[in-house]
Amino acid sequence: MARLAFLLVLLAGTAVAGPPDAARQDQLRHMVRQDCGSCHGLRLTGGLGRPITAGALAGRDVEDLSGVILDGMPGTAMPGWRPLLTEDEARWIADYLLKTETE
Amino acid sequence: MFKATLAALLLIASPALADELRGTGDLGLIVEREAGSLLVVDRSERAAIGRIEGLGDLSHASLVYSPDERFAYVFGRDGGLTKVDILTRQVVRRVVQAGNSIGGAISDDGRLVAVANYEPGGVKVFDAETLELVADVPMGSKTVGIADAPGSRFVVATWDTGEVWILDHSTDAAQPAVTKLEGIGANPYDALLTGDGRHYIVGLFGEKGLTQVDLWQDPPKVTRFLPDYGKDQPDLPVYKMPHLQGWTLADGVFALPAVGLHQLLWVDADGLAEIARTDLAGQPVFALARPDKREVWVNFAPPDNDKLQVVDVLSHEVIDTLAPGKGVLHMEFAPRGREVWLSVRDENRVEIRDTRTREVLGEIEARAPSGIFFTDRAHRTGL
Repeated sequence: MARLAFLLVLLAGTAVAGPPDAARQDQLRHMVRQDCGSCHGLRLTGGLGRPITAGALAGRDVEDLSGVILDGMPGTAMPGWRPLLTEDEARWIADYLLKTETE
Repeated sequence: MFKATLAALLLIASPALADELRGTGDLGLIVEREAGSLLVVDRSERAAIGRIEGLGDLSHASLVYSPDERFAYVFGRDGGLTKVDILTRQVVRRVVQAGNSIGGAISDDGRLVAVANYEPGGVKVFDAETLELVADVPMGSKTVGIADAPGSRFVVATWDTGEVWILDHSTDAAQPAVTKLEGIGANPYDALLTGDGRHYIVGLFGEKGLTQVDLWQDPPKVTRFLPDYGKDQPDLPVYKMPHLQGWTLADGVFALPAVGLHQLLWVDADGLAEIARTDLAGQPVFALARPDKREVWVNFAPPDNDKLQVVDVLSHEVIDTLAPGKGVLHMEFAPRGREVWLSVRDENRVEIRDTRTREVLGEIEARAPSGIFFTDRAHRTGL
């Protein structure tokens, strides 16, 4: 039952346009740590991918970064996340990366 | 009188001994990557028996075991190399040897531990006893897929420059003889060494195909294979890089996770020709043969990382699809293949299944578990 509820939240989160709600934000934060973290490091300090801490991204803007998140960087290992994220969600992640101080 | 004294002595001595004396052959370590800790597990009990803390950033952490299966060397993302004692459950030594590392290996004599680094790149080699630096080998590149080859050798591939380096420490540990093979292919992302130490197979991200290095030949022979795989269809996004360790030779055939395709590729080990493909539920990450080689078990990148598929080695068909839960990151088989342990990261647990009935045999709580490593790895080449 809990799993079903989670699934429904997940479906709702991806289908609805507009800024992500609190529950979806939690999922997106989790995604940044775990899935972006596969290449960029759990603490976003870099790995196969470059560091994406707020410091490392200084000077980039939300539109530019959300474009990279959605469509990837051809010629590199960075995939486009458009199949899994709405544009609003990508912008939320970009903003989150730019503003979050990592340890 | 003598008997009574002996009995008294035994009484004094035995309680402590009975508790403390134990083998390590059925133990293992599970990486809790966010907590920076290792869970010590007992396969026979199907239970956690302790925890070792304070290992730093363990995202993408891996580890190897000393020949006595007592100590583990843990390679952390933050460049930390930590030696832990699984019996006392303590950190024995820890050095932060680089800015960012990806994995390591232990030499066949158990004396040297090598670490492959992203930042500053290259390989550093340490004394297994003291963790003192023995050799520093810059390679002008991030390094991936490090493996231990017979004869105090390490083999590693370079992401930026597409090379394979063989470091031979047998004559002088501090001054390894280096064999450098160029033109391996664009952006090697991982590699594996077959269990006999002969074939080092390199996966390429920057171009199609794979490269095999035959270490039995002198000089080592480089062969490209599967040059066309995936070219006839658009690549799918890869949300997590496949791991190649564990691509196993089963029945004379390699089962390889495709990159950018939701497929398993079957390659004849002699001729390196593709003989079959199996459609899968997602981008494969690990494709591991059960120790008896009868089946290959596959897990997946997001968003399909809640599943596992079991593929028959003879028919190349998917014979089972399991759904253990959110974030199935790793699988580790008991040495003789009777059961498999699965880390289910997002549900903070490790699930134990019978590999034949697929029935759940047990469950262990763990904090966001990733890699699972049983001590029998100590005696296997190329891990």
